[in-house]
Amino acid sequence: MAFLPLNKISVNLDINDEIYQAEIRPFSTLLSILRLELGLTGSKPGCLNGDCGACTIIMDGLPYKSCIILAVEAAGRKITTIEGLKNAPIQTAFIENFAFQCGYCTPGFIMNCHALISKYQNPSKETIKEWLESNICRCTSYEEIEKAVLSVIHNEVESRKE
Amino acid sequence: MLTADIEYYQPKSLNEAIDLFFQLKHVNKQPLYYSGGTEIITFRRLNLIQTGAIIDIKNIPECKIFELNDHFLITGASISLTYLEEKNFFPLLSKTSRGVADFTARNKITLGGNICGQIFYREAVLPFLLADSNVILAGYDGVKSLPIHMVFNQTLNLNEGQFLVQLQTEESYLSLPHYAIKKRQQWDTGYPLITIATLKKDGQLRIAFSGLCPFPFRSLEVEKELNNRQLPIDERIMNAIKYLPGPILNDVEGSKEYRLFVLRNTLKDIFRELEGE
Ligand SMILES: Cc1cc2nc3c(=O)[nH]c(=O)nc-3n(C[C@H](O)[C@H](O)[C@H](O)COP(=O)(O)OP(=O)(O)OC[C@H]3O[C@@H](n4cnc5c(N)ncnc54)[C@H](O)[C@@H]3O)c2cc1C
Ligand code: FES
Ligand code: FES
Repeated sequence: MAFLPLNKISVNLDINDEIYQAEIRPFSTLLSILRLELGLTGSKPGCLNGDCGACTIIMDGLPYKSCIILAVEAAGRKITTIEGLKNAPIQTAFIENFAFQCGYCTPGFIMNCHALISKYQNPSKETIKEWLESNICRCTSYEEIEKAVLSVIHNEVESRKE
Repeated sequence: MLTADIEYYQPKSLNEAIDLFFQLKHVNKQPLYYSGGTEIITFRRLNLIQTGAIIDIKNIPECKIFELNDHFLITGASISLTYLEEKNFFPLLSKTSRGVADFTARNKITLGGNICGQIFYREAVLPFLLADSNVILAGYDGVKSLPIHMVFNQTLNLNEGQFLVQLQTEESYLSLPHYAIKKRQQWDTGYPLITIATLKKDGQLRIAFSGLCPFPFRSLEVEKELNNRQLPIDERIMNAIKYLPGPILNDVEGSKEYRLFVLRNTLKDIFRELEGE
């Protein structure tokens, strides 16, 4: 069996408003680079198949599952990981609504919810349902997670009225 | 030869992509066109595919188009499913697409990847089969436009090095009465028990299926029986089932008998929705 020498390429990744220069193997997923090369371990590995959403990050305003993106595809795009959120309203809402138990799914859910709330000022119930279905919570905190999202939306709508 | 690492290329034109494919093939790299990459990444991790090089076609302008042009809707193969849903030029396509995977995954899954992938549901092809769309293919012998029925039979039959660039759909099909339904055994996301897309043209129902057999299909015989208005609906459905191509799937998503049971009921729902019967 012949193996070629490892070919590495250099990419600039714009993550949480910082530019990281990384030497990566072209077939490395963004999730593995975030966690193993850059020390950003908030995005969690779960299924690695695109099913569970534990690895969700935000790229150019939309949620993506970082286990099914190559890091090289993310070059030149604006990435936010859970480490990039600093007391975002959805984080507080998760605490206030007890929207987690073991917490493993929480970073992925928070990134998905944050992207949703940032994109839509007052999303419909269907839109909320469609977005939240992308993540799985083994501890079944679904009701509390929905409450957390709705509370942020409610607060935003009320503050706009003032 | 197995490669320890995979090379990544991002061509900017159709010709560059095709040249790269044959150069890489020549040096035994088993190149693959890469669009959303979700299937390639997953299958590579599970060792279900071997490749030494991937050719990412997402940045080729022709593959990124989604626009109405001269009475045709041009749908680039590399647009993501959520993008085409948001633009909603072709409501039946948007509705069918919404059933695939989940919202976040559909930000990455592309139309071309869904249609050309090995995962056999290929649900996004159904509206194009119903609308008699044309497929635009690029290969070593240039760019070709062919009726979808000539090249799609269970899978998109591509020559070596050829790839799907676009689908072209006549504008008049976009606003026809339609219905799309995806039935799963449980949950609101995941693979289908059955997906059915329906378009009504000139008073006739056109129907295409995914999840019933190990490939998506549209069958003119099935449509003929379902449109036979001389007969009561139950009889039409019974006759249509005789013309289903085999085998009917019998797997973890549902048994063959259960699928046929759900099929009968779903066809009745479609008649109620589109025929008021
Ligand atoms: C979480 C998840 C859930 C899913 N659920 C569903 C579902 O419910 N229904 C369903 O139908 N599918 C489902 N799929 C399957 C998915 O639609 C396919 O795997 C699809 O291939 C992914 O598209 P992609 O753009 O990521 O493809 P890629 O991984 O880029 O490519 C897949 C294959 O198609 C080839 N290819 C890609 N683009 C082209 C092109 N333009 N021309 C020629 N060949 C090309 C590639 O070489 C490769 O062999 C699911 C996938 C995931 C990850
Ligand atoms: S680890 Fe990425 S979706 Fe499960
Ligand atoms: S809180 Fe445990 S998986 Fe969601």
